[in-house]
Amino acid sequence: MLSRRNFLKGCLAGSGAAAAALVPAPASARGNLERPPEALGLLYDATLCVGCQACVAACKEANKNPAEFRAMDHLWDTPLDTTGHTFNVIKVYTNGTGATKDVETDGFAFMKTSCLHCADPSCVSACPVSAMRKDPVTGIVSYDADACFGCRYCVAACAFGIPKFQYDSPTGRIGKCELCRHRHKDGHYSACAEVCPTGATLFGRTTDLLAEARRRLALKPGETTLIPRGRLPYGDVEAEKANTWRREPDQRYEARVGNYLQHVYGEHEYGGTQVLKLSAVNFEKVGMPDLPPRSSASISETIQHTLYRGMIMPVAVLGALTWVAKRNVAPDDDKAKGDQP
Amino acid sequence: MAKQDLMLLESDERIDAAATRLSMTRREFLQFCAVLATTLGLPQGADAAIAEAVATKKRPSVIWLHFQECTGCTESLLRAEHPTLEKLILDVISLDYHETLFAAAGHQIEAARLQAMSDNKGKYILVIEGAIPTKDGGIYCKIGGKTAIELTKECAADAAAVIAIGSCASWGGMPSTDPNPTGASSVSQVLGKPVVTIPGCPPNPYNFLSSVVHLLTFGALPAVDHLGRPKFAYSRLVHENCERRAHFDAGRFALEFGDDAHRQGFCLYKLGCKGPETYANCPTIQFGDMGAGTWPVGCGHPCIGCTEQGIAFQKPIHSLAKMKNIQPGVFLPGIVEQKGVGVTLGAAAVLAAVAGVAAGAGVKLAKNLGLSHEAEELERAKKAGKTSSESAEV
Repeated sequence: MLSRRNFLKGCLAGSGAAAAALVPAPASARGNLERPPEALGLLYDATLCVGCQACVAACKEANKNPAEFRAMDHLWDTPLDTTGHTFNVIKVYTNGTGATKDVETDGFAFMKTSCLHCADPSCVSACPVSAMRKDPVTGIVSYDADACFGCRYCVAACAFGIPKFQYDSPTGRIGKCELCRHRHKDGHYSACAEVCPTGATLFGRTTDLLAEARRRLALKPGETTLIPRGRLPYGDVEAEKANTWRREPDQRYEARVGNYLQHVYGEHEYGGTQVLKLSAVNFEKVGMPDLPPRSSASISETIQHTLYRGMIMPVAVLGALTWVAKRNVAPDDDKAKGDQP
Repeated sequence: MAKQDLMLLESDERIDAAATRLSMTRREFLQFCAVLATTLGLPQGADAAIAEAVATKKRPSVIWLHFQECTGCTESLLRAEHPTLEKLILDVISLDYHETLFAAAGHQIEAARLQAMSDNKGKYILVIEGAIPTKDGGIYCKIGGKTAIELTKECAADAAAVIAIGSCASWGGMPSTDPNPTGASSVSQVLGKPVVTIPGCPPNPYNFLSSVVHLLTFGALPAVDHLGRPKFAYSRLVHENCERRAHFDAGRFALEFGDDAHRQGFCLYKLGCKGPETYANCPTIQFGDMGAGTWPVGCGHPCIGCTEQGIAFQKPIHSLAKMKNIQPGVFLPGIVEQKGVGVTLGAAAVLAAVAGVAAGAGVKLAKNLGLSHEAEELERAKKAGKTSSESAEV
């Protein structure tokens, strides 16, 4: 006759064996996700930026965001950082006298702060309800307020501190740059790039932008070169073919080549981003973190998916807990038997 | 001592006389003096000083030389309307030599020049319009058999002040554009010393006039910058006071002539406006007394930087300007902004108290764990004992 104790023991052993059978040979690690081939992005060139903040104003207007104040008079939109209502900010690095532009000592430099649209975004990986998604074609990391239930994991997950929650509202949403995807259907592209007077912010396919960034890095500082403004491909060229963006004159102009660091930020950082940056001042100094080429989404998903594959971890933990409990609890019936020999 | 209050000139006959001489009403005359004082950026009271000076002082003798130029400077001066400047140059100043305006010709006027120079030795104002050719001994511009170099040096020797009017006289202007076949040079290059310059193509007549009236009223030319330009007129970039500046700040740009943005009066920076690298007071005093908006940018054409050497006639009109005043705005956030004030003592105390209560409760709870089970068992045993004794009794 099978005793109750032996029956339970059998069950435990059986489930353990079943779990072991489900585990495939070594769990395969997930690598970085790649940018989609038609991924869209921005190229921000700090040496061209004049700090006019036209992009900040245009971003507010395009996204219907209210102004945010930090001065008493409430005259100008003056956000300190990206917030739930501010998706794009130009920040300034200053050192010493701050006299010369794009110089690290006794100089200053501008830096755009907005979503970099990672190839392998942590916010998308962390989101439990698929409110954060990465478009399979454009690669735009978008937010769906209807799906969001407000956990703010994305806020914590982002290495660049971009998604921000609207704490001022009882029905707050996450606010972040979505490359003006709501304007794409009208042929408009990112408002910040559309208005930039110097082409410091340029819109286009990341592959095109990367080629443009490499072209600038290959030039000698001080030389003059033609800098496109607005979007790539510039002007009417290909506009018919692409049939996407509205007609725009060729806005290229002659500018002096900046004293670039030989580094395209976002080419490899964090598994690559779709927004790329060029600067003459050390990227860490201007607030862009030094990140490894492996995305944290790939690391965390490798760990998680390995542990949870075939329910190994839950079963193993349950087994261990059961074992500990069994060992430490003297069953009443056994005790009773012992008491009454 | 000049009067510092218009009230003191209330019944001054000299003012009335000057106004009559200029074919103006008294009110118009005082308004004109106030406009000059404002253009110069002078404090309250200067209008009275200027009115008194214009009304009473001897008209300064002005000798005006023309060299390599288009006479645009003179033409713009003639088109000033407050008051009509033909009255002004005949009545406020004594224009003793001016090739465009004098009636006489030939040896007669050369004699007039020499006469004026000897009569007003050390007191006359020399105004030079046009660049001075220096190549091949300066033979490319001769008046009365004398080269421009000779004339300049001759007239400047005994002048109280030398004013270079227009971009050509100020820094070479259009004639000095590459390849500069005549070796066109500025007045200061020829004289080898700095002079007051009123650059512009053409310059604003009021900037010239205000400088002359400053000399008349205060006995000295106005303060100038390192290029000899009066600071009251040339200390700010066109971009800084531009009526379209708000469009620049908001990123609203005309992309093509005649496009929607251009029709709406948006910023012309992307069309090559040189306002961000050009020092001039055009946006504040505008041009030609024709009312609001009458200056190049107001009319919808980008500034060509006519006052600036190296920009006008050199940079293509529609190529992008290099921003001269890039300075991080005071409201731009830093890379890292400190937020909040850290932990206060009170907050730490409250948190410590809450943590203490929680820890105490936890310990108490752990101690009581299992007690209820034991008590239950005890109760049951008690009950069982009671029933058994009851049944025994039965």
